[in-house]
Amino acid sequence: MKTDTIAAIATAVSDSGIGIIRLSGEDAISIADRVYRSKNRIKKLSEVESHTIHYGYIYDGEEMIDEVMVAVMKAPNTYTREHTVEIDCHGGILVMNRILEVVLKNGCRLAEPGEFTKRAFLNGRIDLSKAEAVMDLIHAKNEFALKASVKQLKGAVAEKVHALRDELIYEIAFIESALDDPEHISLDGFHDRLAQKTEQISQTLKKLIDSADNGKMLKDGINTVIVGKPNAGKSSLLNALLGEDKAIVTNIAGTTRDVLEESIRLHGIGLNIIDTAGIRDTEDVVEKIGVEKAFQYAQNADLIIYVVDSSLPLDENDEKIISLIKDKKVIVLLNKTDLESVVDENLIKEYFSRAYEKMQQSELPYKNEKLTVLRISAKESTGMEVFEQTIKDMFFSGKIATNDELYITNKRHKEALEEAYESMQMVKQSLADDMPEDFYSIDLMSAYASLGKIIGEEVEDDLVEEIFSKFCMGK
Amino acid sequence: MPEIREKVDVCVVGAGHAGCEAALACARMGLETVVFTVSVDSIALMPCNPNIGGSSKGHLVRELDALGGEMGKNIDKTFIQSKMLNISKGPAVHSLRAQADKAEYSRAMRKVLENQEHLTIKQAEVVELLAEDLETPDGLATKKITGVKTYTGAIYEAKAVVLCTGTYLKARCLCGEAITYTGPNGLQAANYLTDSLKSLGIEMRRFKTGTPARMDKRSIDFSKMEEQFGDERVVPFSFSTNPEDVQIDQVSCWLTYTNKNTHDIIRNNLDRSPIYAGIIEGTGPRYCPSIEDKVVKFSDKERHQVFIEPEGLHTNEMYVGGMSSSLPEDVQLAMYRTVPGLEHCKIVRNAYAIEYDCINPGQLYATLQFKSIQGLFSGGQFNGSSGYEEAAAQGLLAGMNAGLFVQGKEQIVLDRSQAYIGVLVDDLVTKENLEPYRMMTSRSEYRLLLRQDNADLRLRKIGYEAGLVTKEQYDYVCEKETLIKEETERLYQTKVGANHEVQAFLESKGSSGLKTAASLAELICRPELSYEMLAEIDPDRKPLSPDVIEQININIKYDGYIKRQLKQVEQYKKMENKKIPVSIDYDDIQSLRLEARQKLKKFQPVSVGQASRISGVSPADISVLLVYLEHYGSKQKKE
Repeated sequence: MKTDTIAAIATAVSDSGIGIIRLSGEDAISIADRVYRSKNRIKKLSEVESHTIHYGYIYDGEEMIDEVMVAVMKAPNTYTREHTVEIDCHGGILVMNRILEVVLKNGCRLAEPGEFTKRAFLNGRIDLSKAEAVMDLIHAKNEFALKASVKQLKGAVAEKVHALRDELIYEIAFIESALDDPEHISLDGFHDRLAQKTEQISQTLKKLIDSADNGKMLKDGINTVIVGKPNAGKSSLLNALLGEDKAIVTNIAGTTRDVLEESIRLHGIGLNIIDTAGIRDTEDVVEKIGVEKAFQYAQNADLIIYVVDSSLPLDENDEKIISLIKDKKVIVLLNKTDLESVVDENLIKEYFSRAYEKMQQSELPYKNEKLTVLRISAKESTGMEVFEQTIKDMFFSGKIATNDELYITNKRHKEALEEAYESMQMVKQSLADDMPEDFYSIDLMSAYASLGKIIGEEVEDDLVEEIFSKFCMGK
Repeated sequence: MPEIREKVDVCVVGAGHAGCEAALACARMGLETVVFTVSVDSIALMPCNPNIGGSSKGHLVRELDALGGEMGKNIDKTFIQSKMLNISKGPAVHSLRAQADKAEYSRAMRKVLENQEHLTIKQAEVVELLAEDLETPDGLATKKITGVKTYTGAIYEAKAVVLCTGTYLKARCLCGEAITYTGPNGLQAANYLTDSLKSLGIEMRRFKTGTPARMDKRSIDFSKMEEQFGDERVVPFSFSTNPEDVQIDQVSCWLTYTNKNTHDIIRNNLDRSPIYAGIIEGTGPRYCPSIEDKVVKFSDKERHQVFIEPEGLHTNEMYVGGMSSSLPEDVQLAMYRTVPGLEHCKIVRNAYAIEYDCINPGQLYATLQFKSIQGLFSGGQFNGSSGYEEAAAQGLLAGMNAGLFVQGKEQIVLDRSQAYIGVLVDDLVTKENLEPYRMMTSRSEYRLLLRQDNADLRLRKIGYEAGLVTKEQYDYVCEKETLIKEETERLYQTKVGANHEVQAFLESKGSSGLKTAASLAELICRPELSYEMLAEIDPDRKPLSPDVIEQININIKYDGYIKRQLKQVEQYKKMENKKIPVSIDYDDIQSLRLEARQKLKKFQPVSVGQASRISGVSPADISVLLVYLEHYGSKQKKE
C-alpha cells in the first residue's frame, strides 16, 4: 500500500545538543533531496547507498538553515519498514522547527502522535505481543495531543475559530438548503454577499496564521513573571515586548492592580508573560489583592524579570521582593536608564547576596550562578535586544525548560489554519470564475472541517442540523 | 385444521414504492415471488405529495433506473408536468421533478406487477414472520427466515422475505382531537406484525409524518396565484425512455403564500395541535415540517410559500404543498381560507399526521439484510426513511440482494462514492437517525461525481450483473463510455493555432483571443464556450449523441473539481476496504474508550470506514482499531 510521507521532530525539543527530524514514507528520500544540499551540491540522496550518513546543509529555497548530517535508510530495513531519512541538526528549537517546516512545505505531512510506532507496527516491525502496548501508546498520545491542543489554545483564539466556523456553516447551510429546496429558498444576490464574506474570513484567517507564527495562539510557554515596585516600568516593559498598549501605563504608582497575561514569541521561544501589580505595602484593598497575586505567580514562575527603577534608591520593598525571588531564575532589569542612575549592578548583587546569607546552605540552588543584571530603558526601547538575547541564551542552554509538545501543537494549528485559508482561496477562485454555487460549498466545507481540527471538533452532522435549524424547508 | 401452505422463493410484504421494486427485482431475477398488500387497489399508492423526484430524490430515481428499477419508467408514463430543478446551478445538483397523475401512476405500476412473470400479487395481511435457529451462527446471524404467515392462517414458505411495510405498522392518523387507527388514506393498518418482529429480537421505534389537505379545484381562485409551468423540453427520468415520448402537454401548478392572518390562527390554536399538546409520540421529519412547526420555529418569517398542485388529470383534487398539518378540522379550514385564492376553498380530504412503527436500521447490513436473521431484508419507510424515492431505492436494493441471497451469490453494497443510494443506505445503517430520513444533496460528500446525468455510467454494470439490465442496455453504456473517453482525449490533444479563423470565431462568441496555440479542451473550459459551439473550428469531429456530448462538456469543464473529488474518494476507499471480521470481540480491545466500544458492539460495522462514521467513535479509536485488526489478521494467518 502506498502511504504518504510523514515527518516529526524525533528528539525532545528543548535542551539537547543534537536534534533529529525524522521522515518516513514513500517519498521520504525524494523530499529530503529537495531540501538537502551537499557541500559540492552534486550529491543526490536518492542515489546514495542505503544506511549511509551524509554531511551537508538544509536549505529553504535559497536560504541555508543549518549544517546537518543526514542518514538515509531505505525500506525495508528501517524502524517503520518504509524509506526513512533522519536529519541530525543543531538541537535548538528554532532550527528544528525550521527544518520541520521546510520538509512539510516540500510534501511531508506532520506525523500524528505515535504514528511512527503505528507504522512500524502495521508494517510488522514490532513484535505482535506488544500490540496492546502500542495501542495504548497511540491512544494516550492522541488523547494527550487533542487535550493539549484544545487546552493550550488561548480563549480569544478559540472564540475566533468558533466564530469563523459559525459563519462558514451558516453560509454552507444557506447554499445547501437552496439546493435542496430551490423553490423555497433563492440564492439571488448571494454571490456578492459570499464574495465579501470570503474576503473577510480570509483576512481573519491570515491574522490567525500570523499569530501562530508569533506563537500568540497558545497559552503555555515559559511562565515569565514581571515583578517590581509600583511604577518601576513593568507595564512599559510588557508593552515594549508586545508592541501594543495592553497594560495600563501611567506614572501614577499602582495602576496595574491585577495581573495581565500575554503570550509572545521571542526568537521562536514562547513566553507566557504575567505582568503583576507593583509590590509594596499597601492599605488599598484592591491593590493588596493584586500584590498577593503577584507573590503567588512569582512562586510558580519559570523565569522572573525583576524590574528596578534605577533612578530611585532601593528600599525595604525591594528587599522584600528579592527575598521572595532569590531562589528563582531571575533577570534583573535596571530600567529608566534614560534618567540619572542611583542603582547599579553591584548594588543589586549585594542585595541578593544579603538575601542568600539568610538562607541555609542546602537551600541555595542558584547561589553560585551569575545573576544577570541588564540596563534598559523600556520607555526608549534601549537595551531590549540584549535582554531578548539573554532570554534566548538561557533557553537554549537549557537553563529554562519547557514542554516540547507545544511546538507541535502550534504547528498543527497553523497547518489547519493554512488549510482553511487555502480552501477560502479556492472559494475566491470559484467566485471569480463564476462557478455555480454548489462548487463553493465544497471548499467552504473543507475550511470548516480544517478549523474544526483546531478546537477538536469533527464535522459529523453539523450541516444537516444547521440547515434545519436556520432555514425553513419544504412541503 | 386444513391450511394453505405455499412454497415460494421470496415473500415481499407491502406493495408500496419499496415493495413494488423489491418484488419486481426478485421476479425479474427469475425467482418465484409473492407480494402481499392489505389492498390490491393501493399498489404504488402516493398518499402524500403528487411528485416523483426533486433535489437529490431525482438522483435516486435515475440511479434506480440505471440499476433496472421501475419507478423512472413508470413516472415517464404518467407524469403531467416535469422540471429540471437547479438548472442555473452546477450539473451535480440538477435534479428532475415531475408531477404525477397519482391514479395513473398507481394503475400503471399495478399493470407492470400484474404482468410480471414469476410474480404473484396477494391481498393479505402478514401477521407473523417464520424463522428458525441456525445450527451454528453464521457471522452475526443466529436465525434464518423460513416464511410468513397471514392473518387468515395461510403459510408461505420462502427462502427470503423483504419487509416493506411503509407507514402501516400500528398506524394511527391524527387530525386534531380526532384519532383513527388506520394507515394512510383510511386504509387498514397492520397491527400484528410488530409483535412478531419484537419477538424475533428486532428493535422498533415510532416515527411520524404528515400530509396537507386536498381541495376541490372548483373552489380555488387561481387568478390570485402565480402560475408555475413545466419545462419546455422535458428530460425523461428513465435512461430507456425515448426523449420524444415525454414531450407532452403539461398542466400547471400554482404558487400562493400564507400571511399574518394564517399565522395568527395557527398560533391561537396551538393547544389543539396533537403535536404541541403532546399526544403524538413519534418523531417527525424536520425537512417537511407541518405549517404549525414552520410558524413556531420561524416566527420571524412573514409568509410561507404554498404550492397548489393537481393530483391528476381526471380528478378535481388539488394538493396544498407547504401546509401539512395535524390541527383540527375547523382550524384547518379557517387557516386555509386566509390564503389568497383559497378564501372559499372546500376541503376534500383533511390534512393529518400519521404515526407508525419502524425499525432502528442500525440492525441492517448495507445490503439491507438483517444482521441477526439470515434471509430477512427490508426497505422503505419501515427502515426509518421518508419519501417515495428513498423507499423505492431501498426496495430495489433489498429485492436485488434478497434475490442474490436466494441464488447463493454475493450481495451488492453500494458505497458512498458510487451512488446516492449508497449514501442513503450507509447513513441509515451507520448513523443514529432520530427522525424519518430524507435524501439531501448535502448528505453526499462526493456529489460532483454522483450526478443524475451519469447514473447509467455508474450503475448499469451492477444492474446488468444482477440480471436486471438487458445486455443491449449494458452494451449501450459500455459504448457510450468508450466514445466519451476517446473524444475527451482527442479534445485534449487537438490544438488550434492562434490563426485568423480561430480568433474571428472566438470574437464572435464573445471570448478573448488566443496568444498561443491551445487545445480544444482548454477552450471548452471557458465558461462562455462549449463542445457544441466549437464545431465550427473542429471540422474533424464525428457525430455524437447529446448524452455523450453532455458528459464530455462536464468532464472537461469541471475537470479540476472532479479530480479533487476522485482523490477524496481514493482516501475514503482505503478505509472502506479494511474489513472488520464478524468474529471481532470489542471487549478484547482494552484501549478503546468505553463509548466507542459500546457503539461498535451495537452497530457491528463491516469496515473501518464504516466504523469511523459512527458517532462516538473518535479518530484515536480508529487508530487503535487498525492496529488491533493488523494484529488480529496476522494471528489468524498463523493459526
